[in-house]
Parts: sequence; structure tokens; C-alpha cells
Amino acid sequence: MKPVIALVDCNNFYASCEKLFRPDLKHKPLIVLSNNDGCVVARSREAKALGIKMGVPVFQVRGLIREQGIAVFSSNYALYADMSSRVMGVLEMLAPEVEIYSIDEAFLELTGVSHAVNLTDFGTQVRATVGQWTGIAVCVGIAPTKTLAKLANHAAKQYPATRGVVDLTDPERQRRLMALLPVSEVWGIGRRLTLRLNQLGIKTALDLAQTEPHWIQKEFSIVVARTVRELNGESCLELESVAPPKKQIVCSRSFGERIMDKHAMRGAIGQYTARAGEKLRHEKQVAKRITVFIRTSLFNAAEPSYGNTVTSELLRHTSDTRDLLAQSHRLLDSIWRDGYRYAKAGIMLSDFCSEAQGQRGLFDGIESRPHSPGLMKIIDQINQQKRGLVFLAGQGIKKEWSMRRDYLSPGYTTHWQDLPRVI
Amino acid sequence: MCVVVLGRCAEWLLPSSNRLLIPLFVEPVSAGFPSPAQDYVEQTLDLNDLCIQHPAATFFVRVQGDSMIDAGIYPNDVLVVDRALDAGHGDIVIASVNGEFTVKELALRPRLRLLAHNAAYAPIEVVAETELELFGVVTNVVRTLQRKSPQGSA
Repeated sequence: MKPVIALVDCNNFYASCEKLFRPDLKHKPLIVLSNNDGCVVARSREAKALGIKMGVPVFQVRGLIREQGIAVFSSNYALYADMSSRVMGVLEMLAPEVEIYSIDEAFLELTGVSHAVNLTDFGTQVRATVGQWTGIAVCVGIAPTKTLAKLANHAAKQYPATRGVVDLTDPERQRRLMALLPVSEVWGIGRRLTLRLNQLGIKTALDLAQTEPHWIQKEFSIVVARTVRELNGESCLELESVAPPKKQIVCSRSFGERIMDKHAMRGAIGQYTARAGEKLRHEKQVAKRITVFIRTSLFNAAEPSYGNTVTSELLRHTSDTRDLLAQSHRLLDSIWRDGYRYAKAGIMLSDFCSEAQGQRGLFDGIESRPHSPGLMKIIDQINQQKRGLVFLAGQGIKKEWSMRRDYLSPGYTTHWQDLPRVI
Repeated sequence: MCVVVLGRCAEWLLPSSNRLLIPLFVEPVSAGFPSPAQDYVEQTLDLNDLCIQHPAATFFVRVQGDSMIDAGIYPNDVLVVDRALDAGHGDIVIASVNGEFTVKELALRPRLRLLAHNAAYAPIEVVAETELELFGVVTNVVRTLQRKSPQGSA
């Protein structure tokens, strides 16, 4: 049976979530900002039409925001997570198998469905049902492989005549679409690959599809060769219903206010370390490597700038916040310089193995701490009720560096006191 | 007024896991021989089953005005709204009218209107310029009753 995969992608997801509860903004331009209200991470259709680019720092468009009366929101993660789980819930009801690919995208397994119904009709029904149940508009791209389904979805978004659904199971249609799309639109082809491919005269998605996979594998990588096969309708990427274990955990954020005081920086690094440790234990992994970085603002040329990153190996694999914290503070000491206005810091854990595999070193004399798993479990359980209820002193007590969210919308679906009001 | 005891109550509206179970004993407590009915164990009742048909499509909203008091909908009530239902003539709905959420009765006959249930409010006539969008159908009203004597001294 020929495989059929659909990619369902929410349109301007964060912006759509905000608009759902603000009917007064239905036709107004709206943008959502990243952590700390730094950059634009989502734009409504109207905001895109005004030329606001993805990822642009908000201060660069302040004038436009004022002139055009653009509605501005901080990221309301609780709202987006709730709306995402609703969308995914509806998709799981409609399709036999669903891979949640990101907060606003999912692959559906439709192999076999084409015998029962017309695929375009099915896509239209998915779109209509998700729209009615959740209020979120989606586009649907249907194809024999994930890579082609991505392209189909791109076309569904790009061309209004498709009414948000593109069935790309027909090879002739695949070729026609690929001839129109630049190679940079292909899933997994980033900026650097695009540059190299262009130099070799490979400009469109079709050009890439018509290359020889063995040659591509030699010149580039097995991953790109797989992409070529996928573009030719040969399914190489299966649906992953269960997410693979993480290879690294990053906790990093820009500060609401610049940090100049080392003590405050220790607090911030401590907080990120504790959070990363919690995530690590949630994954049932232990880490051997820890990286700490700090830097000043990238956008202020007038101020002296400094940034540094340092990585070190821990004495043994661990997920104990106390071990991680001691090491991240040592690393911070080694890169800290007085006199700068720091804008961002973060930590990364890597070199994982499972808790079961993590053995302690033979001669290192560092006994694993007694009762460590039990203590960490209790801390995690308590903090699950309310984040930050229990913490180590090294995490810092005063959080002057915490996230800035000046334009946060209410928790419409997550807090009883924030429910939408009706008159 | 007549109250029918339905059985044991378990989960409250919130789908949270560690909630206190308050068993409601239907059987009269008696010393002596155990009741033969005790072998007959029933499922505990979940208020979600009563109020929510389509979890992914269900939203809560809070009432602010008094335009629906004759339909038993009062200020500060929480309404359960189901977007999966197709709204029909006579349904109580949440609609956005010219950019504002409102709760009203949907009338499709003799013409499209939104009806208040309070003599002080005129029906909303839907004309060509009206920007009307239905948000969902109201299925339940949740009201927390204010106790006059909080200590139960009465």
C-alpha cells in the first residue's frame, strides 16, 4: 500500500491564539514577542502585510507599531500549550496515527485512508473540524513522504486558491510545485546548504530532486541524500509517535534588566542550572558535561561588549542539582568580568547517558551522594505544584533578573480568574 | 424541591489528579450485619462527564452582565461553552458582536437575532454591517452559591 502522510500546520499559531479571545482585534495587525519581549516571534496576516519580519528585534519596529496601531503581546506559553493540546486532541480523533512534531505542527498517518475517502475532502474536513472545535486555522499538506508533505503544506499556505489543503500524491503535481519552489523551502535545507547547492546550480526543489542521491551523499551527507529520496516520493522518515531522548538540554534567557552584579548573575545561572537539572531528571538521564555562557547585548553598539562560553567535564555522570550547581558556579567564576552590562546567560548540559548506565569513576573518590535520587525526586515533586517553592540557596533568592513580560495576555484557558468575560 | 442522590462524587471540574475524594454514603450506616448492597460497587461520578462532551472544544467564560437573568444566567456565573456543537435556533450561545463577546439566545426565525432574557434589554438585530461570529454553544451554567452564614451557624 502506498504511504500517505499529511502535515497539519497551524496558521500564525501564537497570533491566532491571542486573536481567538480578542474579537476586537480580529482584523488588526498583531505580533507576539519572544522571551523578555525581545524579538517578534509571531505575526498575524495583517502584521506580515505591513512588512514586519520574523525574528526582528522589537525596538526596530517601535515606530511602525505606533503608526499602525499594531497589537503587541508577550509570549503566553500557558495559553499556547493549552491551545496546542486541543488542536492535537482533535487531530488524534480524526486520524489513526499522529506525530506531534512541534507546538503547532503534526504529521498524520493516512496510509489506507485514500481508499475510503478523497484525500482533499479529508484534508478539508480536518481543517473545518479543527477550526470549529478550537478556533485555530490550519493548513493541510498531503503527500507520500514527510518532506513532500512539508512542501504541500507550504503551497497550501502560500496559495489562497488551494483553500488551505493541497493533495500532492500525484507525481506530476509534485514536479510542477517543486519547479516553483526555491531549494531553501525544502525541509532540512538551511541557509548554508542552500548556498552550496546554489553554487552547484541547484536552485529549485526540483533541481535537488533530480540529482543523483549517491552523488549527493558523497558531496554532502546521508541526510541530504535522504531528502532527495523523499522528494522523489520514497518515504525514508517514519512517523515517530514517541519523541527520541534528548541529546542536550539548554536553559538560557535574556534578562529583563541588564545584570552588572556578579551576585545577581550567580542567582540567574543557579536558577537555569536547577531548571536544567529538573528537565534532565524528567528525561531519566545523567549528564557529564556542562557549559555556561554569558554575554552583553548584541544590539547595542554604544556599550562595551563581552561574551564568553566555557565547558567542563563533571567528575561523574550526575543529575544532582547540587553537583551541577557547584560546577556551573565554578565555570561562571572563570569567565566573569566586572564592568559589563550583561544581557543574556545560559547553561547547557550534554554528554548524557541513562540513569541506569551512569557509573561512578573507579578512583575518583567522589562517592555519589547518599539519597540523591530521593532528595531530587522530592524537590521535583514539590516544585511541580508551584515552580520555585523549594530551591537551593545558590539559585539566588531575589529574582531581579527574571523574565520581562510587559504585554502578557490573561490565562484565558488556564486560570479561573482570567476567563474571557461575556456581557 | 426534590433532591435525588446520584451516588458518590469524586473528581471536581478540574482535571487535576490529587484531589480529595469525599465519599457520599448512599447506604445508611448500620451497626451489625453488612448490607448485601455493599458488594455492588459503582463507578464514582465525575462532574466532567456531566458538563463536558468534547474536552478539546470546551471553553469556560465568565458572565459579566445581567442581560440573561431570566434564563437563569447571573453575573459571575461560569458558563461551559462547547464549540463542537452546531448552533441552532433557540440555543444559548456565546457570540462576538462587533468585537465584543456576549451571551444571548440565538434566534434564526423569523430572522437572525440575538435575544436577551431580561426585559430591560432589546434584541440585537443582525444587519449587514453587524460583525457577528458565533464562538460556541453554552451547555452548562456553574454558579458558586454565596452562603449567608459561612460558619453554618444559621
